[in-house]
Amino acid sequence: MSDVPLLSIDGLTTHFRTERGVVRAVDGVSFDVRSGETVAVVGESGSGKSVTALSVLRLIADPPGRIVSGEVRFDGVDLVTLSDPEMRAVRGNRIAMIFQEPMSSLNPALTIGMQVAEPLNRHRGMGWPEARRHAVELLRKVQIPDPEKRLDSYPHQFSGGMRQRVMIAMALACGPRLLIADEPTTALDVTVQSQILSLLKALTRETGAALILITHDLGVVARYADRVNVMYAGRIVESGPAGAIYARPRHPYTRGLMASIPRLDGDVGRRLVPIPGQPPDLAALPAGCPFAPRCVNVMDRCRVERPPLAPVDPTHSKACWSDV
Amino acid sequence: MSEPTDTILQVENLKVHFPVTQGIVIKKEVGRVRAVDGVSFTLKRGETLGLVGESGCGKSTTGLAILRMLPVTEGRILFEDEDIAPMEGRQLRAMRRRMQMVYQDPYGSLNPRMTVDDIVSEPLEVHGLGGTKAERREKVSALLELVGLRRDMGSRYPHEFSGGQRQRIGIARALAVEPALVICDEPVSALDVSIQAQVVNLFEELQERLGLSYLFIAHDLAVVRQISDRIAVMYLGRIVEIATRDALYREPLHPYTQALLGAIPIPDPEIEKARDFQPIVGEVPSAMRPPEGCRFHPRCPHAMAKCKVELPPLVEMADGRAVACHLHPG
Ligand SMILES: Nc1ncnc2c1ncn2[C@@H]1O[C@H](COP(=O)(O)OP(=O)(O)OP(=O)(O)O)[C@@H](O)[C@H]1O
Ligand SMILES: Nc1ncnc2c1ncn2[C@@H]1O[C@H](COP(=O)(O)OP(=O)(O)OP(=O)(O)O)[C@@H](O)[C@H]1O
Ligand SMILES: [Mg+2]
Ligand SMILES: [Mg+2]
Repeated sequence: MSDVPLLSIDGLTTHFRTERGVVRAVDGVSFDVRSGETVAVVGESGSGKSVTALSVLRLIADPPGRIVSGEVRFDGVDLVTLSDPEMRAVRGNRIAMIFQEPMSSLNPALTIGMQVAEPLNRHRGMGWPEARRHAVELLRKVQIPDPEKRLDSYPHQFSGGMRQRVMIAMALACGPRLLIADEPTTALDVTVQSQILSLLKALTRETGAALILITHDLGVVARYADRVNVMYAGRIVESGPAGAIYARPRHPYTRGLMASIPRLDGDVGRRLVPIPGQPPDLAALPAGCPFAPRCVNVMDRCRVERPPLAPVDPTHSKACWSDV
Repeated sequence: MSEPTDTILQVENLKVHFPVTQGIVIKKEVGRVRAVDGVSFTLKRGETLGLVGESGCGKSTTGLAILRMLPVTEGRILFEDEDIAPMEGRQLRAMRRRMQMVYQDPYGSLNPRMTVDDIVSEPLEVHGLGGTKAERREKVSALLELVGLRRDMGSRYPHEFSGGQRQRIGIARALAVEPALVICDEPVSALDVSIQAQVVNLFEELQERLGLSYLFIAHDLAVVRQISDRIAVMYLGRIVEIATRDALYREPLHPYTQALLGAIPIPDPEIEKARDFQPIVGEVPSAMRPPEGCRFHPRCPHAMAKCKVELPPLVEMADGRAVACHLHPG
């Protein structure tokens, strides 16, 4: 792992203009990703995880969405300022993405072979016969049995787990430096989920690519991530090494999450401690800290002044006024 | 074994097969989905039995068949000592009052054009319960309070509520007719983690207050562990292991139970590092063409020659647990 981050997101702010008003989906998000690292973005539904990822890849449809401010430096270049053709040369090439729903990201009318070979043809200028040979190797890598025979199959002939393997093969085709996986296994069975995540982790380790793993599952984060960014209402509320965050979560929201999830090794017979209330409406955010209405440590200041993400030690930071 | 009066539900060799047909005018049966294929278990009064397994293993089908919302192909369903599998008409309706279902999807399962009051009181009307209109209103208000909603919320529509609140409405509706058994089909899966705990706690409190029995269907083994007294693990239409919560999680005997538990990460990086997890191979095969012998054998790390040809029966062990595996002949 090098000292200069491969990806550096700084103050990223993405809004959607809707009839209900401006939805502040991503509200000043900053975090770094280094080569070879697995960085988790964890948070509940609607906290802005996917919009963060889509903003990095410049896949936010305008209207209704727009990156309002912030920088996304990848290898020293600010992706926010690139032209569309320049951005297309990066996407699927040096940065690749794996989405939650493989069926909606695979083309049902094209063979698996065509789809895995396509990025090689497009970005590497490889002829189709050579790209096909490459595709076989990629499918073998993601552990599709008999890849030569499966090349001419269509997506509907594959199971959910196999389709997600194909998505990984496509993402890896051009040897990306950064992979963004948005809930890559949420739709899959638990035994298949763990196969896919372990495969993804092994392949990124092998190629030295960085991985941004978006999930709502704190268990998955514990098993696979080096660093963790906890998102709430469009902001990062806590950020740090996985070990430190689990050993001593510093933000009341992170602590609340940890206490509210049942775990396989928890005390039986102990009641869970829920977080009261529910997440705020992003079109009508309260002043101050968005977690204040649900927070057990809330102070007067929290309701008026927004806490910045500030270090609690050199590698770990939180956005909270309280000193717990 | 428990006294018969202790047992609220006893399911014996339940089978639910769906015909797969071809042809438009003359439908020809070309195969069968053996969604539930010989399931047996008992549920005691006031107990929670967790039913776990991966997508398509037959959990919902089992629940719906017990409620007689799906045709039963074979088997007996003894509810309060009476076989309800052959019941019809008035008898069936009376029985249905005693069992209710809470569904996974808090969005899809509530009629968007009805107020919460109407949604919760509908089952009372259907079963001719609740007395006068005023008495019904009062009952509905009490139910809303029971599940942690305010009385005045009754005049609102489902879309005005969050996911967790909608699930509370679904629970109030199920409890309206004072059932003895509630079948909960993935009741917290669609909820955010911070909201899940609120609803799980509500289920636990209601059970204590009302003495309810739950069949709690879920794929999340950590949630099931939190709420269940005993747990049944299903694979491709059959129960492969049934045990008390502590026994199952401390010492899972069936290789599939072991694989399932291993696949679930514990939210602690130190523990995960020490675990050095290795996933099992393969995916769940189609219920239309289940493998010969033990249905798990193609994925089982311990498969023997016998497993490929002979279906292992669910064998009762000494401590009240049961396992269907040739490694544990009893
Ligand atoms: N096209 C859009 N128009 C309006 N609002 C949008 C749009 N896309 C996303 N949003 C809003 O932005 C917020 C963040 O959404 P996002 O999809 O990033 O959440 P998420 O953290 O990925 O949640 P999930 O876990 O459910 O996938 C949400 O409030 C969502 O409603
Ligand atoms: N009405 C039906 N007609 C034909 N097949 C059906 C029908 N309902 C269910 N099945 C099949 O029966 C099997 C069991 O389905 P079921 O819905 O009970 O699974 P489940 O364990 O509840 O899965 P999930 O976790 O995805 O809810 C599946 O193979 C399913 O496709
Ligand atoms: Mg998302
Ligand atoms: Mg189901």
